[in-house]
This record gives sequence, C-alpha cells and structure tokens, in this order.
Amino acid sequence: MSNGQLEIKAISGHRGGTPGQGVSRDYDVCKLVDTTTCIGCKACEVACLEWNGYAFHETTFDNTYQTMPETAWNFWNLIKFNEVETDNGLQWLMRKDQCMHCAEPGCLAACPAPGAIVQYMNGIVDFNQDHCIGCQYCVTGCPFNIPKFNAETKKVYKCTLCSDRVGAGLEPACIKSCPTGCLHFGSKDDMLDLAQHRVGQLHDQTSYKNAGIYDPAGVGGTHVIYVLHDKDKPEQYGGLPKDPTIPFFVKMWKGPLKWLGGIAMGLGVAALFGHYVRYGPKPPHDESEGRDKAQ
Amino acid sequence: MSTNIVASHGTDLRKGEIIRYTFKERICHWLSAISYVYLLLTGLALFTPYLYWIAYVLGGGPTIRFWHPWAGLAFFVVQLWMHSLWHSEMKVTDQDRQWSKTVKSYVTNRDEEVAPAGTFNHGQKQFYWAMFYSTLVLIVTGLLMWFPELVSLKAHGLMPVVIFLHCAAALVTIGAFVIHVYMGVVFVSGGLQGILWGHVPISWAKAHHRLWYEKVKREDRSRISSSEF
Repeated sequence: MSNGQLEIKAISGHRGGTPGQGVSRDYDVCKLVDTTTCIGCKACEVACLEWNGYAFHETTFDNTYQTMPETAWNFWNLIKFNEVETDNGLQWLMRKDQCMHCAEPGCLAACPAPGAIVQYMNGIVDFNQDHCIGCQYCVTGCPFNIPKFNAETKKVYKCTLCSDRVGAGLEPACIKSCPTGCLHFGSKDDMLDLAQHRVGQLHDQTSYKNAGIYDPAGVGGTHVIYVLHDKDKPEQYGGLPKDPTIPFFVKMWKGPLKWLGGIAMGLGVAALFGHYVRYGPKPPHDESEGRDKAQ
Repeated sequence: MSTNIVASHGTDLRKGEIIRYTFKERICHWLSAISYVYLLLTGLALFTPYLYWIAYVLGGGPTIRFWHPWAGLAFFVVQLWMHSLWHSEMKVTDQDRQWSKTVKSYVTNRDEEVAPAGTFNHGQKQFYWAMFYSTLVLIVTGLLMWFPELVSLKAHGLMPVVIFLHCAAALVTIGAFVIHVYMGVVFVSGGLQGILWGHVPISWAKAHHRLWYEKVKREDRSRISSSEF
C-alpha cells in the first residue's frame, strides 16, 4: 500500500522491538460490492463525479431507478437496476457498475499505444490520456464494456479506482460515501474473507442459499468483487457477464498473428536478399535488340 | 540538335522505345504507392510497440490515428480507379498458366525457358488480385474501426474479428508489396523506368512481355516509335 515506505525501522529512546516493526499490509487493493445491502441511493455516483471533477449532467429516464443506460466517459460509476421475478415475488437488484480492474486486463492487452494503459502492482488498471491515441481497441478488449470514448478529446476514460486517493493512502471516493456499508475497500485477501463471511451469513440466515462471490477467473480475477444473491445468475445484475474473458480474436491478433506476422516479414525480406545475392538482377537483353534492328 | 522525341499518351517516346504505361496509369500507380507506404508505416507503428517510433516520426500517435483512415480511404478510391484502368488486363489466361509453369526459370534468370507473357505476367496479376481483395477487406474492416463508437453494442462482439481481419489482410499486402518492390526496383532491370516515365526499350518489351509487344505492334502503332527516328 501507499504507506509502505513509512514502515517503522527504529524509534528514538526505545529499547528495541519497536511496535509495528516488520508489519506490512498486503500490497494489492480490492473493492468489495455487496449487492445484498445496496439500496441504490447513488451516493457513490455523486462522490465519483465530485472527486473526479465532473459535473452532474442530464440523466436518462427509462422507467427504472437507473441514472442512465450505461457508464459514460465522464460518469464512471453507475448503479445498474433490474427488477426480477423470483419464487418469493419481485426483487429489485442494484449493482454498482464500474471498471473491474482485472488481473488480466483485456483493455491493456489490446492497446497499441505505449504507456496509455498502466497496471499497477496493487492491481489498479489506469488509463493515461496523455498517451492515448483514441483508437478504442481497449473498448474491443474489455469484456465489461467499461472504457468510454470522448469524441471531443478523442481519448478514452474510465474509473481509476481513485488511484490518486489510493496512492495517498485514502480509500476510493465511492467507498467513502456509501451509507449502508455495502462497499468495502482493502486488500484482496481481506475482501475475499469479508465476502466469504457475508456469503455464510446469507446462507445461514436468509433464503439466498445460492449466494456467492463474483471474482471471475477468466480474467485472472478482478480487483472489484461482488457478493451476489445468486452467484449463478450474474447476467441479471444489469448484464454482468457470467464467464468474462479477453475476446478470442483479440488474443489471436495480439498473440500468434503478431509474432507470426513479424517472423514472416523478417524472413521474407531475408529471403529476397538471399535471392538477390544468389541470382542478381535479370541480365539486359542485347540479343533481342539486335533482332529488333533486323526487322 | 533536332528532337528525337514525340509525345503520345502523355508519354515521351524516344527511338527504339515503346509506351508501356500512359500518364494516367503512372499517376494512378504512384498515388496508390504513396498512400500505401503511408498506410504501411502508420499501420506497422500500431502493429507492434517495436515500431511505434514510426508514429513519433510521423507526428505522434493521435496524428497517425487521425490520418491513417483518411489515407486508407484515398488508397481505396485510387484502387477503384486502378481497377477501372487495368482490370481487363488482369484476367488470368491460359498463357498465364503456361508462364506459371516456367516461373522457376523466371526467378532463377533462365529467361530463355520462360513462356511469353502478355501486358502483365501471371506474377504481376497475382500481386494485383492479392492487393485488390485485401483492399476490399481492409476498407470494410477499416471503416468499422474508424468509428467503433458507432458500432452498436450488440455488434461490438464482432470487433475483435474485424480488427483481426484488418491485421491479417494488411500482412498479406505487406508480403505482396515487399515482393512487388523487389521485382520492380531490384530484380527486373528496366521495370522501374517503365512505371516512372512510361517508356521502355522495345528489346525490354520483347524480353519480358512478348505477347503484349506483338499485340501493340498489331493493334496500336502509336505506342511504338516509328523507324524514321
């Protein structure tokens, strides 16, 4: 974590065995979103806009309790609302949608611009608009439909997991604003522990016998994890993909096609050079010149 | 000194020479070449980080991202023009198949064993069609990649395939292009002169495109210098 460089080594006037010596927190960070306690108040949406300096712009009303259909380049945190029918009647599902900060980020794999996407050791995947060229390959690589293009600046934006706050030892703005305690922030291990505890609670004390954790393995796990009422139906939470992966053709294009193409180009040029050295240019045709004159 | 030059088809014709390409054909070829080279360089910059330095040379990442699609559109339009000029010459004939049987002699400079070629030999025709069909793939995929934000979300699952195809088709053109430049500039002496200024020695025409030469002699004497020079 950010305060790692402030780990205590020695304290003056102390006989040794300093308190806190050798103690360090896990380095990676994680957001835990407990959908079972989200009330859809949207305080996190407002906190996100405020911290990141975006104005609250027009919303889109489509007969639900959702601010707009999907996140936008200047609206990175959206509570997705869905009404589902269950055996026990109607249920309102609220899910905080934002960048999942994948351990194997598809956006980063697809991006051609050096330095435009950075994955930090603590798991945060951040966009650096100074290096972004606006090609939007990241949009293609992302299985969660998160990066959003700004047609005016020709750059792509998304949730930074408040890398600026986390870097200063603070929790992300959304976490800070949550009134129900449905949002938690800490190391990945701590958040998985907490999530597992909550899932046990749901199993023991409620009818959500299929409650579980969403931490999709297809993208190497994520640094935003969910507790869901029904872990087998993530799609009903506003289209959370069940088994997200980096698209197959992105992997093919950035993998075999790239190195095979590179090898083929190199060998091709080498082969032509070899041909030139072996055979040289075609000889001039003086003999036919003579025949031409004879005509 | 009296001039030994007559102009015909936008091309100067000297003694012992024959007009290989009209001015229009040459302009078309070089517009195509210039736009292709720009597309090649900017495309390679985005293909691999090892070649991203080309982006800096050509004005930076956002700049090449802006101009690459416009150059692509220009290249496509020029290809359509070229197609209107040359597509009838590019039909593969039985004579081409004969030529292809002797292609090994062609590349090893045993030219006396090579079957006679028409306006274009079979290799040139294959190059043309490789570029033509690749261009069709590149323009369709390229238009989608130009404005991916306009591709509906439901169709967005296709974008990985679109980008893959764009990349694969571009690699085909690179292979074809490298061979084309080698043949035209290095291997076949005199080839470059033809596409630059339009005129080639009659001896060259007979050696490399005998069937074409005989056809011109029969049908279009204005392309061949008259013996009075």
